Amino acid sequence: MEVGIVSYGAYVPRYRIKPEEIGRIWGVDGKGMGKGLMIFQKSVPSPDEDVVTIATEAARYMMDRVPEVDPKDIGAIYVGSESHPYAVKPTATIVAEAIMATPALTAADMEFACKAGTAGIQACMGLVGSGMVKYGVAIGADTSQGAPGDALEYSASAGGAAYLIGSEKVIARINKTLSFTTDTPDFWRREGQPYPLHGGRFTGEPAYFRHITSAAKMMMEAMGTTPADYKYAVFHQPNGKFPTRVAAQLGFTPEQIEYGLLTPNIGNTYSGAVPLGLANVLDHAQPGDRIFVTSYGSGAGSDAFDITVTDEIVNYKRNNAPVLEKILADPIYVDYGVYAKYKGKIIMPE
Amino acid sequence: MRDVAIIGVGVTKFGELWNRSFRDLGIEAGLKAIEDAKLSGSEIDGLFIGNMSAGRFINQQHIDALIADYSGMASKHIPATRVEAGGASGAVAFRQAVMAVASGMHDIVMVGGAEKMTDIDDPSINSVLDATADAEWEAGMGLTFASLHAMIAQRMIHDGIATREEIASFSVNSHFHGALNPNAQFKKAITLDTVLRSGPVATPLGMFDCAPISDGAASLVLCPLEDAKKYTDSYVKVSAVAQASDTLALFQREDITTYGATVSAAQAAYKTAGITAADVDVAEVHDTYTVAGIMALQDLGLFKRGEAGKAVLEGKCQVGSDMPINTSGGLKARGHPVGATGVAQIVEIAEQLRGSADKRQVENAKYGVAQSSGGMGSAVVVSVMEAI
Amino acid sequence: MASVAKEWREIPGRYNLVGCKCGACGKIYFPRRNLCPECRRASIGKMEDYAICRKGKVFTFSVIYDAPECNNLLKPYAVAMVKTDDGVMISAQLVDVDIDKIEIGMPVRAVLRKLDSDGESGVIHYGFKFVPDL
Repeated sequence: MEVGIVSYGAYVPRYRIKPEEIGRIWGVDGKGMGKGLMIFQKSVPSPDEDVVTIATEAARYMMDRVPEVDPKDIGAIYVGSESHPYAVKPTATIVAEAIMATPALTAADMEFACKAGTAGIQACMGLVGSGMVKYGVAIGADTSQGAPGDALEYSASAGGAAYLIGSEKVIARINKTLSFTTDTPDFWRREGQPYPLHGGRFTGEPAYFRHITSAAKMMMEAMGTTPADYKYAVFHQPNGKFPTRVAAQLGFTPEQIEYGLLTPNIGNTYSGAVPLGLANVLDHAQPGDRIFVTSYGSGAGSDAFDITVTDEIVNYKRNNAPVLEKILADPIYVDYGVYAKYKGKIIMPE
Repeated sequence: MRDVAIIGVGVTKFGELWNRSFRDLGIEAGLKAIEDAKLSGSEIDGLFIGNMSAGRFINQQHIDALIADYSGMASKHIPATRVEAGGASGAVAFRQAVMAVASGMHDIVMVGGAEKMTDIDDPSINSVLDATADAEWEAGMGLTFASLHAMIAQRMIHDGIATREEIASFSVNSHFHGALNPNAQFKKAITLDTVLRSGPVATPLGMFDCAPISDGAASLVLCPLEDAKKYTDSYVKVSAVAQASDTLALFQREDITTYGATVSAAQAAYKTAGITAADVDVAEVHDTYTVAGIMALQDLGLFKRGEAGKAVLEGKCQVGSDMPINTSGGLKARGHPVGATGVAQIVEIAEQLRGSADKRQVENAKYGVAQSSGGMGSAVVVSVMEAI
Repeated sequence: MASVAKEWREIPGRYNLVGCKCGACGKIYFPRRNLCPECRRASIGKMEDYAICRKGKVFTFSVIYDAPECNNLLKPYAVAMVKTDDGVMISAQLVDVDIDKIEIGMPVRAVLRKLDSDGESGVIHYGFKFVPDL
């Protein structure tokens, strides 16, 4: 049985703020921060958007592209995020209702920092591959908060992408997936706390780099491949610098990672980051293209995927929904005051 | 079916009346009407009260019992009925009262309309008013009552039925008359510029396009026309009271630039009264928003579609002109305690027809019309009164 | 605390624009109705669920400045009456748009957004709003 991506959809809110505007408020060289992070603007959700609405928009685009798929044939839905609107009450059921997939399906929310979305893809692969469900939906979406004045304020943004996993009319076959997981406390948020904390530079080598390179090497060893065997590569991207560096460390070229690297333009969409990067690659992919994907979630772990685009992508009705290039084409810029208002950082009266 | 007469009228000041309670206002208006009709009060055999939302404004349901009690009639166990129909509550109560007397089931009834709005904060008041639209699919979706009227105005401007200035001028007309009415909430005339420059509420409408929040009450005494002379020489005939319904939500209408219920009720009322629109000498229309006033003039047939705005802008609806409109000051200047308005309009027409309208008097008025609307024209009452 | 059932009951209409179609005459309605105003008795038991098309054009609009408290973070915001591509008129907020550039006739589509919530601890109510169509 061939298991893989049958359809995908992606969505990023329209509002943007630039790092120089954030720096202006905190007395920091924001433009310099942006250069250092390789992030030139980040997306900001409207006050009426959240992980539910972003996941729904992405999932609806995903369904629009496969009009022949009956949503009632979806057997599972997982939404991975670190900014679910409820601590208890799943995002997944609301999205399931909004794509008319209810009631005969299983659903759950996932959390694993920035890799909750790809963890969902793995779960769906298992359900589809075992014959337990016909289609599974895995979504990674976030509207993460960066603490005011903290480095993360320059990068934490909003967006998400949805994947329909199945075994019929697969447009991108997932040849293999594997993961590298350890207990590494690089970045965390306690229950009830509004902002995450992190270990500063500890988030680099022992966390991001160790897990991505380990999972990536395990994958290439398992598949007998080298970076040259892949047309594209997508790495987790908390800023523009880390994925550029890890790609070089592993032997991938800047051209290979270009389509899959969106963070410089939209910020770090956390659980949405790798799903969105992969979506942008798929927006441009041709039959036969091989894609190397490695996500990273703090806490910590990396999920790696070896993907081959099939001939079926030629028939895929991608234009039934807007491609990322179109979605990202016409942003609306806001200043810090509007940003703070939209992100709920202002104490409002009762 | 007997003909019905209005033998007594009463109205309180309208405004933000912090010292007056709902009971104070209701009873004040009622007493004025009883005195005006030269009754003792013991003659009344039925009460009909229009009140939109005492339940939400003052947490009091059962307004029928409250008014019957505090007007001293509960001890006589007379039947009291409270009517709700959004902004048309008072007018619908009036129609119920007219039917009660016309049918012979009652001989002398009191109609009251009262609202005490200012005991809760503005956002809460607005949410009560929004609930007269479709609570689920309009208010519940973030549309305000003002925005529904504003969307009508936007479309009327787009379709060339009225310009922004013409729509705004309805407020100028209302204030012109408010300045002549000692009971009005706003007694100052204003200019068109004031309306056009006022702070936006829901574009294209601004603050001066919108009726205020008010407290107040109005009252009438009705009896069979053949008995009126027993009580007073100053009475008017109720020639017709027609009522019509329409969809709750504005988006369910075929044409949003006309209130089909006004057109329907007006046609029925004119037919019963044996008149045409051309016979109308004075009219009170329901200007919760300026645009509603303009629409009403057209829907009542007083002006052709596309011409009402021009006439109002040119000052042709002021007292002294051919078609005086809202000589009371209308909802905008006289005030709009919702349940009271429909009754207050009848009071004004009665005063005009019997010559007691003082500085606002229309000369030789024979036929007067009142148009009262609830929600987005979801309930409309058109009443025709005749001078005797 | 507000009733959770009242909003929950309307989810099909609020999320997916599910109205109804009269099985007798084929006319489409939103929101759903228990009977067809045209066919009346003949339509009893024949009203079928029908999801209204999510794309349409602005028929009229207004920008609200005097907003209900739940929309304090969004004001001023636009609302519109939209004629959907299957001929049904519906109304909702119009967001992600320059409020000075809204035009009658502009193409829009319905998306899921937060409408409000029962306070910080209460249930979040989602429903449709319009955005300019890409």
